[in-house]
Amino acid sequence: MGTSLKRASQARLVGRAHVYGDHIDTDRIIPGKYTKTLDLSHLAEHVLEDLDPDFRQRVQPGDILVAGANFGCGSSREQAPLALKAAGVAAVVARSFARIFYRNAINIGLPAVEIGPHRIRSGHRLEVDLRAGVVRDLTQGEEYPATPMPRVMLAILRAGGLVNYLREHRDYRLGDEHGAP
Amino acid sequence: MVAQTITEKILASHAGLSSVRPGQFITARVDRVMAHDITGPLALAQLEAHGIDRPFDPERIVLVPDHLVPSPTAQAAQAIHRLRAFARRHGVTFFEVGRGGIAHILLLEEGLVAPGELVVGADSHTCTLGAVGAFATGLGSTDTAAAMATGEVWLRVPATIRVRLEGSLPRFVMAKDIMLALLAQIGLDGAAYRALEFVGSTLAELDLDERATLCNMAVEAGAKNGIVPPDPRTLAYVEARVARPFTPVVSDPGADYLDEVVIRCSHLEPLVAEPHSPARGRPVSELAGLRVDQVFLGSCTNGKLTDLRVAAALLRGRRIPPHVRMVVTPATQSIYREALAEGLLEVFVQAGAVVTGASCGACPGLHTGVLGPGEVCLATTNRNFRGRMGSPEARIYLANPAVAAATALTGVLTDPRAVVGGEGLFV
Repeated sequence: MGTSLKRASQARLVGRAHVYGDHIDTDRIIPGKYTKTLDLSHLAEHVLEDLDPDFRQRVQPGDILVAGANFGCGSSREQAPLALKAAGVAAVVARSFARIFYRNAINIGLPAVEIGPHRIRSGHRLEVDLRAGVVRDLTQGEEYPATPMPRVMLAILRAGGLVNYLREHRDYRLGDEHGAP
Repeated sequence: MVAQTITEKILASHAGLSSVRPGQFITARVDRVMAHDITGPLALAQLEAHGIDRPFDPERIVLVPDHLVPSPTAQAAQAIHRLRAFARRHGVTFFEVGRGGIAHILLLEEGLVAPGELVVGADSHTCTLGAVGAFATGLGSTDTAAAMATGEVWLRVPATIRVRLEGSLPRFVMAKDIMLALLAQIGLDGAAYRALEFVGSTLAELDLDERATLCNMAVEAGAKNGIVPPDPRTLAYVEARVARPFTPVVSDPGADYLDEVVIRCSHLEPLVAEPHSPARGRPVSELAGLRVDQVFLGSCTNGKLTDLRVAAALLRGRRIPPHVRMVVTPATQSIYREALAEGLLEVFVQAGAVVTGASCGACPGLHTGVLGPGEVCLATTNRNFRGRMGSPEARIYLANPAVAAATALTGVLTDPRAVVGGEGLFV
């Protein structure tokens, strides 16, 4: 996963938005019944199937998921961000993230970006600019500043995920204030 | 010295610091790392794929198959075997089928967590372990793999919301109702990224099983951890189980809290959370009469001995009517054995319920009670998200074990106070 993600996390991501509401839990991102094997290849086929049965047909590689508050609440299953990534989702933008999902997404190299109130609708073209820390709605010509990501998470994302990061750094320490954004 | 909360003190001591403040990023040493059969294989795959074969300290790692035991599929058997093989290779603790149970309850029972310790686990309900005054939080598989490899975890110190529980719980009202009331008040993200610290006069009457229920559902409000400061009852529980030295800590007078929520426990009724959110709790009396197909008594929330006793007291000598079914899943094998010795399992079976082996059971919708389209289930679990227990067209209502037993006896949502008898209950 390393190289492509490293590229992705440094590039500006442009894709179509798929917009959902608040409190999308991990059972709806990927139901538990698909998590009981080590075979991850089928996860993409079932992503969001109870929430939006047509998502799988509509999603294109590079598309961006947009959600309301508390995205990814519930179970700690890392299969949730893995399923989104496997389906081609390039980034998730939300008003807020449940904490375990947020860590999991960054740890597998899926950018998770928090923004304030927005008018993004499904089908809008979005640009997620990780370096500038903004999300641009190219269809509407609007720009939303992203909540700054903690430094440690940014470093993990840049490395392409936690496993790569730890291979490079051995531990999490980035200096005295290693986490401050 | 800065006045600190119990959560801040535990985090500071594990980060090698004299104090920490909310918002601060720390690297903390972990006393225990847990993974189970859904999250563990992925964690081990992350370790092995990247050549990190050696865990930092095998004695601090515990692997617990609990979601898929005994294996319902060949793939599940393969996943569990991966945990078993890793445990054998490295001398890591592994709980074999028939000798284990749901990880969180098992870790409490086995003394694998003690006051003042820091535990991470690859399951969102790892926060259950806060019941003994430990800091415990859930992580994903990759974070857990990193903790297994390094013995450390990075954390942002959470601000604490104090939850003050006041008064005596009325009959048939349990810790579950306290949490459903709290969730109805603050919502699914009302404690997001925060610590929930439970204090107040009600705690004196809550045993460790009930305290575990409080901490267990902290994550339903988005909390990083739930914690009950240790008291003599905690120490009596832990000292019977833990041989190693540990250092209980409590919050300093004058510690800073982000907020305080007061729950007047003496005014609570048994609550039922409607589909599809644990924050949709309403008094059971308002929902009485709703038809139910299945009642599930179990899970890390309410599959403990206290829970089985409460349900059995209502079911004793009674029969579940033909149009409803009840599934009882003790949380651990030792709870199963104790329930057997006390005659509780006989009560369930005589009433017409099915008793399964100790596991997560029907709660995550994997086996032993998966719901079909259109079915309605009253469950003592922690989440009633759409599709959680099987079909997305099924409807799940959450309640305490007394409501579950009363509902099993009628086939419709029933206030346990309306069931004749049931004397001798201690809640």
